[in-house]
Amino acid sequence: MKARVYVTLKNGVLDPQGKAIHHALEGLGFAGVNDVRAGKLIELDLAENVADADIEAMCKKLLANTVIENFRIERAQ
Amino acid sequence: MKSAVIVFPGSNCDRDLIVALRDVTGRDPALVWHRETELPSGLDLIGVPGGFSYGDYLRSGAMAANSPVMRAVKDAADRGVSVLGICNGFQILTEAGMLPGALMRNSTISFVCRDVDLKVENSQSAFTSRYDAGEEIRIPVAHHDGNYTADEATLDRLEGDGRIAFRYSGEVNGSARDIAGIVNDKGNVLGMMPHPERMIESAHGGTDGRRIFEGLLEAIG
Repeated sequence: MKARVYVTLKNGVLDPQGKAIHHALEGLGFAGVNDVRAGKLIELDLAENVADADIEAMCKKLLANTVIENFRIERAQ
Repeated sequence: MKSAVIVFPGSNCDRDLIVALRDVTGRDPALVWHRETELPSGLDLIGVPGGFSYGDYLRSGAMAANSPVMRAVKDAADRGVSVLGICNGFQILTEAGMLPGALMRNSTISFVCRDVDLKVENSQSAFTSRYDAGEEIRIPVAHHDGNYTADEATLDRLEGDGRIAFRYSGEVNGSARDIAGIVNDKGNVLGMMPHPERMIESAHGGTDGRRIFEGLLEAIG
C-alpha cells in the first residue's frame, strides 16, 4: 500500500523558494502567474496494517515541522 | 566545567567548538557520537555544533533532532545542564522542540557567510553575563537556513520574557524581529545562528565570541 504525504508551508509563512521560482517564471516570459508556493511530496510504501493514525504520527514527528508546515495524507491503491 | 560536544554525521564545526572549549575551560570536552543513548556523567555543558547534519535532508536539523543521543540531551537540559546550540545546533534544538520556532531558508535564498554585527539583548543568562545589555559585538555567520520564524504570540512572549539573547544589527537572513539567538524558558538552553567559536582569539579577527564560554565557565565553575 502506498501513501503520499504533501508537505506545504502554512499560509502567511514567507516562502523564499516559491518567490524565486515565481521570479524565474516571470523572467522566462510566462505571464499570469500570481503566486508560487513550493512544497514537498513524500511517497511511503507501507505494510497493509499501517493505520492512518500511524501515518499522521509520522508526519507530526518527522515528515512535517508543524511550526511552519501543514501536511496532507493521500492513500493510494 | 565538564563539557561534551555532540557529533552527528555531517557536523563540521565540532572541532572548532572543541578547540574553543578547551582553550577557555582548560579541559578537553568529551565527544559524543549521535548514536549514543547516554551522556558522560556529571556534564555541565553540552555543545550542539554547526554543520550539515544528515546532509540537511528533509529539513535542516530534522534528522539529528530525532537521533538517539538527543533524548539524553533533552533529559540533561530538563535537569538543568546548559546546552549551547550553534548554527545547525540551533536548527536541531528547534526541531527537537527544546527551543520554540523554526529556522527557514534565508529570505534572500542565498547562503550568507560573513561577519555580522549583533546586539546583545539580554546579559542576564549564564551565556551572556560577560556582555553588557545593548552592547554591539561582531561574530561570523555561515548558513542557508537562518531565517528565524515563530508565530506572533511566541515572538511577543520571547520579547516579554527577555529570552532574545542576540539580535542582528542589520538585515542578514530575514529573521523575524532580527532574532539571532534565543534561550529557553529556564534560561539554560541557548540557540544562535552566529558562530562564537570562530571568534575566540585575535587571529580569528576578534574575540567577541569568547565571552559566551567565559560566562559559562564563570557561572558553572
